[in-house]
Amino acid sequence: MKHLRSIDELGVAGLHRLLDLSDHMAEINRRPVPKVPALRGKTVVSLFFEDSTRTRLSFETAAKRLSADTMTFSVSTSSVNKGESLRDTIETVAAMGVDAFVVRHKSSGVPWQISRWTDAAVVNAGDGWHEHPTQALLDCYTVRTALNRPEGFDGLHIAIVGDIKHSRVARSNVWAFAALGARVTLVAPHTLLPPSLEGWPVDVAHSIDDVVDRVDVLYMLRMQRERMHEALVPSLREYTSRFGLTPARADRLQAHTLVMHPGPMNRGVEMAVDPAELPGSVITQQVTNGVSVRMAVLFDLLGSGSGLAGEAS
Amino acid sequence: MTDVNNTSVVIKGGTILDQRGEQVGDVRIEGGVITEVGPSLTGDRVLDASGCMVSPGFVDLHVHLREPGREEAETVETGSRAAALGGFTAVVAMPNTEPPHDSVAVVQMVRRLGEQAGLCEVLPSGCITIGRAGEVLAPMAELAAAGVHIFTDDGTGVQDPLLMRRALEYAKSLGILLAQHCEVSRLTEGAVMHEGGCCSRLGVPGWPSVAEELMVFRDIELSRLTGAPVHFLHLSTAKSVDLVRRAKAEGLLVTAEAAPHHFTLTDELLSGFDPIFKVNPPLRELTDVMAVREGLADGTIDAIATDHAPHPPELKEMPLDQAPPGMLGLETSLALSISELGLPLQQVVALLSWKPAAIAGVADRHGRALEVGAPANITVFDPNLAWTVSSSGLASKSRNTPYAGRSVRGKVRHTVFGGNPVVIDGQAQR
Repeated sequence: MKHLRSIDELGVAGLHRLLDLSDHMAEINRRPVPKVPALRGKTVVSLFFEDSTRTRLSFETAAKRLSADTMTFSVSTSSVNKGESLRDTIETVAAMGVDAFVVRHKSSGVPWQISRWTDAAVVNAGDGWHEHPTQALLDCYTVRTALNRPEGFDGLHIAIVGDIKHSRVARSNVWAFAALGARVTLVAPHTLLPPSLEGWPVDVAHSIDDVVDRVDVLYMLRMQRERMHEALVPSLREYTSRFGLTPARADRLQAHTLVMHPGPMNRGVEMAVDPAELPGSVITQQVTNGVSVRMAVLFDLLGSGSGLAGEAS
Repeated sequence: MTDVNNTSVVIKGGTILDQRGEQVGDVRIEGGVITEVGPSLTGDRVLDASGCMVSPGFVDLHVHLREPGREEAETVETGSRAAALGGFTAVVAMPNTEPPHDSVAVVQMVRRLGEQAGLCEVLPSGCITIGRAGEVLAPMAELAAAGVHIFTDDGTGVQDPLLMRRALEYAKSLGILLAQHCEVSRLTEGAVMHEGGCCSRLGVPGWPSVAEELMVFRDIELSRLTGAPVHFLHLSTAKSVDLVRRAKAEGLLVTAEAAPHHFTLTDELLSGFDPIFKVNPPLRELTDVMAVREGLADGTIDAIATDHAPHPPELKEMPLDQAPPGMLGLETSLALSISELGLPLQQVVALLSWKPAAIAGVADRHGRALEVGAPANITVFDPNLAWTVSSSGLASKSRNTPYAGRSVRGKVRHTVFGGNPVVIDGQAQR
C-alpha cells in the first residue's frame, strides 16, 4: 500500500489486513506504556486545511505511539493565507523530508492531487464529501470487535441514517461495510441522497422506522443545521420526526444492535436520546478504536516490514 | 499583413476540398485573393501540398483569448498563433475578458490586437448585457456598428427570460445574432462536474443536464416568439441536441455548435480529480457524447467550435472545486474531428469552415469555395498524418489540454490568411 486515499484502493484483502493489524495496535494501547519504536525516524505531517480536532488528535496520538516524529500544519498559521498554492505548500513541506502526509481538506479529491506532487505516502483524513477511509476502518473495527466478527460481516444488516449526500463518512463506510459482506441500507429523504446510486451496493429506506427494529447496526450521521437553508429538509423538527433516534425508537432496537455516530453529535436532532442511556451505543469505543486503526494505517504505510511483535516486545 | 502580397504563392500538389467536392489542382494566390486554380501552376513561392487537402480556412465560433485582463493565460497574439496552427483563419473572441466586450473601445482594441498579430482574423463578440451581469442590455447597436455580429454573455447564460426576450427583439432589427451559454445558474450553484453516477461516487457537486436543457428550450421558444435567430453555444447533452433537432424541423431560426471535448471525453475522466478535465458545460456521459456526434452527423449541430479556454498551471492545480473550468482546443480540433467523428472529410470541413463562417457573418471572406476572386483564407492539412498531442508542443500560452499523450490523426500543414502563409509546414511564420 502506497497511499490510503479511498476504501476502494484498499480492496477486501487490504481491509482485512488493516483490521487484523489493528488488533495488535489495540493490544499495544492496553499496555501501561502504550508506545513502541516501530516508526522511529519517520516523519508524519498533518496537513489540516479544515478544522478537525478529533481526527487530528487521533492521528497524532497514533503517530506518537509508534514513535514517529509529527508536525502539524494548520491553515490558519500557514502561508496558504498569503496566497501560496497548494502545490507549492506540499513541495515546500516535502522538501523538509516527510514520509507521510495526513490530509484533511474541504475539497473532494485533494489527497489525489497531493499524491501527484510528492513521493511521500498520503493518508486521506477526510476530503470534502468524498471519503474518510480511516473513519470507515475504525467503524469496521468497532463492529468487528463489538459483535465479535473477525471473519467478516456476512449476514449483518447495517443502516446508515441521515445526510448521505454530503457525507464523506457514508461514502467510505458504504464500500467498507459492503466489502466485508454486510447488507447496507441508506435511510434518508431523496434530497439527502446522492443524485445517483447507480453501482452502490445498497438499498434505500425513507424512514428510520422501516429499519430500527431489524438492523444489527444503526449508524447515525450528523445532520448539519445549514442544510435547512438549502431546501433539503423543511425543518430540523421534521427531520427528527422521520430520521432521528428518539427514545421511542430506541426502545424498538434489538438488544444486540449497535448504535454508532462519527461525531460530533447534534443532540436533539439526529440523536434525540442520550447515547449514555443506550446499551448498544459504541460511540466512545469508536473514538478509542480510532487510535488503534490509525496506528495500523501508518505502520502499514511506513513500517519496515520487520514485524510488529518483535519491535513491540 | 501585406508583406507577401506583391508576390505570388502557389499551393501545389494537393486535393482541393470545398463546398463543391474534391478536385486535384493547384491554387495561385496574389494580392490576397485566389487568382488561378488549375494544374501545374507556378509562382514565386511554392507551398507543397502533396498528400494534403486544400480547403477554405477554418472558423472557430468560440475562443477565449483572455486579453485584456488575463494575459498570463493567453494573449490575442498567442491565441491567434494557436488558431493559425490549428488551421483557423478566423476566430470569434468571447466577451468575458476584464473589462468585458461591452463597449466599443474594448471591442476595437481586441480587433486591433488581432490585426497586429496578423495570424488570423479576430472577430470580437459583444456582450448581451453590461458586465455580463444579466441586468442591463449592452449597447448592441453601437457594437454592431463597430462590426460585432455575435452577441453573448458566454461564461454565463442570460438568466432573466424577460431580458432575453427584449434582447432578441432588439437584436432582430440590427441583423445580429445572439448566442446563448445555456445554464440555469440556480441549478448549478457550486457545481463542479456532470451530475450523475460519477459525481455521486466522487462526492463532488453535480451540474445537472436539465440546467442546460431548460435554457435551450426557453430560448427556442423565445426565438419562435420574437422571430429572432438564436445560436446555442457548446451543446453538451443528448436532450439539448434533440431539442435543437426538433426546432430545426419546425423551421425555427436556431443554430448550434459543439466542442471537441463534448464528442470525445466523458465525466469518468474526473475520477482522479484532475482539474484539467473540468470544463463548463461539463464532460458528460457516453450517451451524451454519442448524441453530440449524431447531431454533428445529421446537421442538427452546425459547427465544431473549440471553446478554447486557456488557464495557467497554478489555477489548474487548485482543488477541483476551486479550479476554473476550461480546456485548450484550437490546436487539436481538426485532428479530433477527423479521428473521432467518422464522418466524410468534406462534412468535417463543413463543420469547421463554411458553416461556422456563415453563422459568424463572415462568409464573404472565410469558408468560401476556392474559386478565382475569393479571398485567400486557406487551410492545407494532411488528413492521415498521425501524431501525439503534447502539452509542451502547443503554441498557446497555457498548457491545459486534456489530450496530452493521445494519438490522433490529421494535422494542419499550411495556413494562408489574407494571402499570407502564416503557417508553413506546421510552423507559425510570425
